[in-house]
Amino acid sequence: MLDLLGYGAFFLTTALSYGLICLGLNIQWGQTGLFNVGVAGFVAIGAYTSALLTTPETAGRLGGFDLPIAVGWLGAMLTSGLAAAFIGAITLRLRADYLAITTFGIAIVIQLIAVNVQGLTGGPFGIGFIPRPFGVLAGNALAFNLANLAVVAVVTGIVFLALQRVTRSPWGRVLRAIREDETAAASLGKNANFYRLQAFVLGSAIMGLAGAIQGHFIGFIAPENYLSAITFQVWAMLIIGGSGNNRGALLGAVLVWALWSASGPLISAIFPPEQQARAAALQIVAIGVVMVAILLVRPRGLLGEAATVSRHLDAAAGEAADSEA
Amino acid sequence: MNLQFLADGILVGAMIGLGAIGVTLTYSILGFANFVHGEFITWGTYAALTLTTGIGLLVGQDIAPLGPFSVGWPVLVAGLIAMVLTGLLALLLDLIVFRRLRRHGNAIIMVMASFGASMALRSLVEFIFTSEPAYFSRELQIAMPLGFGIRLTPDQMLMLGLTLVLVVAMQLLIAKTQLGRAMRAVSENPALAQVAGVDTGRVVQVTWMLGGALACAAGIMAGITVQIRPFMGFDLLLPLFSAAILGGIGSVPGAVIGGLIVGLGESLAVQLIGANYRAAAAFLLLIAVLLVRPTGLFGRRD
Amino acid sequence: MSGAASESAAAALLVARDIVAGYQRDLPIVNGTGIEVHAGEIAVVLGPNGAGKSTLIKAIAGLVPISGGSVMLGGADITQLPAHRKIAAGLAFVPQTENVFATMTIEDNLLLAAAILPKARRVQRCQAMYEMFPDLARQRRLSAGRLSGGQRQMLAVARALMVEPRVLMLDEPSAGLSPKLVAEVFADLARIRASGVGIILVEQNTRAALAIGDRAYVLVEGRNRHEGAAAELMNDPIVAALYLGHRPPVAPSTGASA
Repeated sequence: MLDLLGYGAFFLTTALSYGLICLGLNIQWGQTGLFNVGVAGFVAIGAYTSALLTTPETAGRLGGFDLPIAVGWLGAMLTSGLAAAFIGAITLRLRADYLAITTFGIAIVIQLIAVNVQGLTGGPFGIGFIPRPFGVLAGNALAFNLANLAVVAVVTGIVFLALQRVTRSPWGRVLRAIREDETAAASLGKNANFYRLQAFVLGSAIMGLAGAIQGHFIGFIAPENYLSAITFQVWAMLIIGGSGNNRGALLGAVLVWALWSASGPLISAIFPPEQQARAAALQIVAIGVVMVAILLVRPRGLLGEAATVSRHLDAAAGEAADSEA
Repeated sequence: MNLQFLADGILVGAMIGLGAIGVTLTYSILGFANFVHGEFITWGTYAALTLTTGIGLLVGQDIAPLGPFSVGWPVLVAGLIAMVLTGLLALLLDLIVFRRLRRHGNAIIMVMASFGASMALRSLVEFIFTSEPAYFSRELQIAMPLGFGIRLTPDQMLMLGLTLVLVVAMQLLIAKTQLGRAMRAVSENPALAQVAGVDTGRVVQVTWMLGGALACAAGIMAGITVQIRPFMGFDLLLPLFSAAILGGIGSVPGAVIGGLIVGLGESLAVQLIGANYRAAAAFLLLIAVLLVRPTGLFGRRD
Repeated sequence: MSGAASESAAAALLVARDIVAGYQRDLPIVNGTGIEVHAGEIAVVLGPNGAGKSTLIKAIAGLVPISGGSVMLGGADITQLPAHRKIAAGLAFVPQTENVFATMTIEDNLLLAAAILPKARRVQRCQAMYEMFPDLARQRRLSAGRLSGGQRQMLAVARALMVEPRVLMLDEPSAGLSPKLVAEVFADLARIRASGVGIILVEQNTRAALAIGDRAYVLVEGRNRHEGAAAELMNDPIVAALYLGHRPPVAPSTGASA
């Protein structure tokens, strides 16, 4: 029973950390219409920053600052945000599908750096001994998991509430105006690109924070954690849960992670141990299929606003209707 | 002076260029960046591999490779069949996924769906064939010296030759045939094309088939000269997109030249910085094009 | 179908009746409109901006969905025929803007249009167009995007004529052209009429259109408001009033105001 509770806490902790990434993506996509296919990259930046700031000295690698965890997490937000600012300044004016390809490429490059620049990131071996919050409790699995859950829940909760606020604020309205009709927004004197940049930076900072949190819970990070599989999972979560909607982001994260976690043991049960590795691929197939199915059948996802997606759906009709004599 | 890196660059570039033709055609006619294109490469190659094994079993005996090459006629036959099958796979995907989205959605949703579909397809390959690399043939090839320090294996030379043939064929198709005119028309203005009598639905279908078949060809070449693995198509996505955009979306010669530039860029990067940073070359070229001249070398101003 | 222009007593070549059409089903732009044209005749469609003239012929051409009414061409029902099949049925359409393929050569523009013809015939028709429009012949390898406005219009019409349509529809062919060019375009249309083709002409340039037209329709807010012989409408105070934005002096108006 206690084991179950412990597992449940562990499950929810991970699910919520993904939920945090989704919240970040939601600002970019759901609110502002930015198609970021490089999620994994920003998560990685945050994770590595926090790891470098908080781990003890290691030979041959930058770091060893041994700073408190909170500093690491703040640092993570800062570097992810700065990276986003730099990248965004160059690329945000590109049209949506070019932005997708570019951010896709960025994530690949970031992963490349993580694998190869050993002096900075520890190379393929990654970074270990990342301090865990409540590490002292490591002996007691239940207490440990519950404490971790408490931390993630609090952080996610704060971010969620803050974002809800922000969404309803004038700033949020400007973002939506830009998403819906950039020309009109421009005529109101709002510099669309500058607002987009702010949304991009904020979203990426949150992704970086989530990356840091994930790193600190597992205690170890490696480049292979940040492949496109993460980007894919997070997008699937947001699409399934409902883009444009913060609650949808969290719901999607929990649901998809549940699907993922449930299919794990299912696969273990069906397939013999030697086949585990290849069978794990089926999990991704399942999620991919569900994601595409949702896009076909209910594009706004479970909780998404019809309004968010309807702009894209009716775009074709709208363009045609514009040419009338 | 050792110019081997030039040869390497052209080899890789030829393959990228061939794949990029499919990308540029589907991008310009269907209107979206198709992430599934990488999986056409992968699935096509694995299909060819499976068919080759099948043919081998049917024939019963060991089939000797053709001439100086590492593969025999089964690979050729399997390759042709696989190209058709991959074209059909592309058509199937359009039927199930993209046609619906095209009617109601816009480009972004289609890119998203293509991203999800590509992950599902790739993982399916991984499940069926595992992530172990596979090969068409275990024959070792001797690289033959051609002067200036360049050495190429017979396989590589064959691949270059075949690519040239396919590229010329595609360019002739696009520039000189009625189908090619129809494709160019639909890519520029689908409504006007309809009014001029073009069955745009049919053109879309043909585009998918051609794109799939060319992707398969590119993949088989990579499979013969390098290796076959589930991520082979995905790893080519960034170079493919870069090449297509660099050359100008919609231009067949552009895609090929773009491919060569990306290939040479990668090979240069390997020379100067090291093999690890191959992928970064394609990315940097992409960024450069998008910032300086987004329509690419031969592209239309949209 | 005979090519003689005096077949006015014969049945109309194209009859559009009670057309309801619009980009969205519940929001029709054309609300129960009808026009018809005979062989060797020019039917002009006029009306203030937003009246639905463009939408009407786009609907007949198959580019805008028709939710009500019918279109008969030579007795055959072509209402729901897909756009690309209309040309095979004998109906050609020249849109107002983007009516040539700018990235393709003049020759390719023409050859494309004759896709349904066998190759030899295609080349023949192309030659015929070059004879009719020598300007195009001279620059056949030029990319259409480099042509002037008037030449583009010429190419657009030539493209439509490639498959020898029975009915030719044009959406404001005079738009953006100088008076001299407008006169040339309309002279071409007169020649085409003389060969027996029925022409439907949507126009803002009322004067020029009525001068060349045989019959005229006036559309307002998606409905027929007026029709008659073009010569009569030229001097009609009703038409003048419509264009100046007043309510027509003739009472009962059909339907409530917008």
